[in-house]
Amino acid sequence: MIFENLTQVLLLIGLIISAYLAIKFKDLLACAIALGIFSFLLSLEFYVLQAPDVAIAEAGIGAGLTTAIFIFAIRGTSRWEVEG
Amino acid sequence: MSKIVRTQASFLYTFVLIFGFYIVAHGHLTPGGGFQGGAVIATGIALVVVAYKFDEIKRRIKKTSLTAAEGIGLLSFIIAGISGIGVSFFYNWLANSGLLFGESVTYGINPGYLNTAGTLPIMNLAVGIEVLGGLGVIVLYMLHFVKGGERNAA
Repeated sequence: MIFENLTQVLLLIGLIISAYLAIKFKDLLACAIALGIFSFLLSLEFYVLQAPDVAIAEAGIGAGLTTAIFIFAIRGTSRWEVEG
Repeated sequence: MSKIVRTQASFLYTFVLIFGFYIVAHGHLTPGGGFQGGAVIATGIALVVVAYKFDEIKRRIKKTSLTAAEGIGLLSFIIAGISGIGVSFFYNWLANSGLLFGESVTYGINPGYLNTAGTLPIMNLAVGIEVLGGLGVIVLYMLHFVKGGERNAA
């Protein structure tokens, strides 16, 4: 029980940190990777909450396909965030 | 992308595909099913598409084959649904019949035999093929949109 609670607290802290980093970074490629880490931690959280079905879907689409599509968008535009 | 990413991608591609088809094939026994397995397979396709240059991808992955996979998946799902029309739409006439996927399941805890559940594995396979085609086409169209490639991102 204590282990589960500790896992959930650590996962939620990791979610907040990765979401903050995705906003904070100026390198958009690093932002996409941070969002991928966010999705991966979210899928682990779904797994801890006993929804393995949703966890697989989240890991496949959130961490895999969305990151790839973000990388294509960065390839087509600029890699660095412009001020203003 | 760099040579490290390309080597990793071509090494991992096979294993991601095998894992995706494992999820699809065990859809009626374990968590996951057609949609989740198809999404994992499409992730493998996206890995290769991210790693290589536009011309090489155009040579390796054909858009028409992915569109065909989408069509074939939907068609076989509808055929699997209609095949039980003698009783009702989506009737599971293969279950417990001794034919393909037709082994009967013992009462109690599921021992996990793959050869059970009737038309459900066939429908899972159809949905898996359909989803891998659809999501792969999405990724490929996204790539066609930014055809220049390799200009800004390292």
